[in-house]
Amino acid sequence: MAFPDRIVRTVEVAHPPAKVWAALTTADGLSAWFGNEATIDLRPGGSARLTWTNGFTAELRVERVEEPMTFGFTWHIYGLPEDDPRRTYVEFTLEPAGAGTRLKVVESGFAQLPEDAHRKAYDGNTDGWASELGELVAYLDAA
Amino acid sequence: MPPEIEAIAEQVFIALADPTRRAILASLASGGPATATDLAGQLPITRQAIAKHLALLAEAGLVTAEAGERRRVRYRLRSAPMQVAQQFLAALARDWDGALGALQDHLDQRAERPVTTKLGNAGAGGGPSPP
Repeated sequence: MAFPDRIVRTVEVAHPPAKVWAALTTADGLSAWFGNEATIDLRPGGSARLTWTNGFTAELRVERVEEPMTFGFTWHIYGLPEDDPRRTYVEFTLEPAGAGTRLKVVESGFAQLPEDAHRKAYDGNTDGWASELGELVAYLDAA
Repeated sequence: MPPEIEAIAEQVFIALADPTRRAILASLASGGPATATDLAGQLPITRQAIAKHLALLAEAGLVTAEAGERRRVRYRLRSAPMQVAQQFLAALARDWDGALGALQDHLDQRAERPVTTKLGNAGAGGGPSPP
């Protein structure tokens, strides 16, 4: 299918998981490589905010915190209206690899149905659209 | 993955691939709902050609026809399909390679660049694309 629902990247870094974990989950770490400023309340349901000097701001909702293996959050889909409820889910997985870390990032949920398509699909098939949605929606429903 | 989402995005990109349809959509976006006659007055194309393109755009769900003044049909831009196309573009524009490169630089302590360099890179291709 041509519509990219998920982005997957794996990189090997020459640093132990604890150091990578700190870069991903602390305000100091995030502001050093991701945003220009960062705040984070590191617990499921906590919020984080990244700010770039060009004025962009990202509001993250922390979803998974399993130190030092898994860190997950959801955020708004860039380009959609501010009040659009759709969000993508980003999950970092850290795995020891020799003296370093294999870091995997998966961002999923780009191919969620918009609201009116939900309605259309629902009207046409009472089995519902939920079963057809990607794992992000299932994940959010379960939360 | 729902099959219709790709079909919706495809229709948006097909619509945008034609300069006349781009002009019609741009006009509806900037000026609001308009009749085929209104659009013919604004664009360098015949009313007939505009009507043909509007029919195609309505069929694709990119504009909706509604009753205007004096029983004229007025066309209004429908934003939902555009938002689906934006989802597609957001996935293409998300620069995890840039972000992960910056992370590696940071971990390697190679990130000790002058502050001005870092600020200059923000959101300009060197770093992560802001969400």
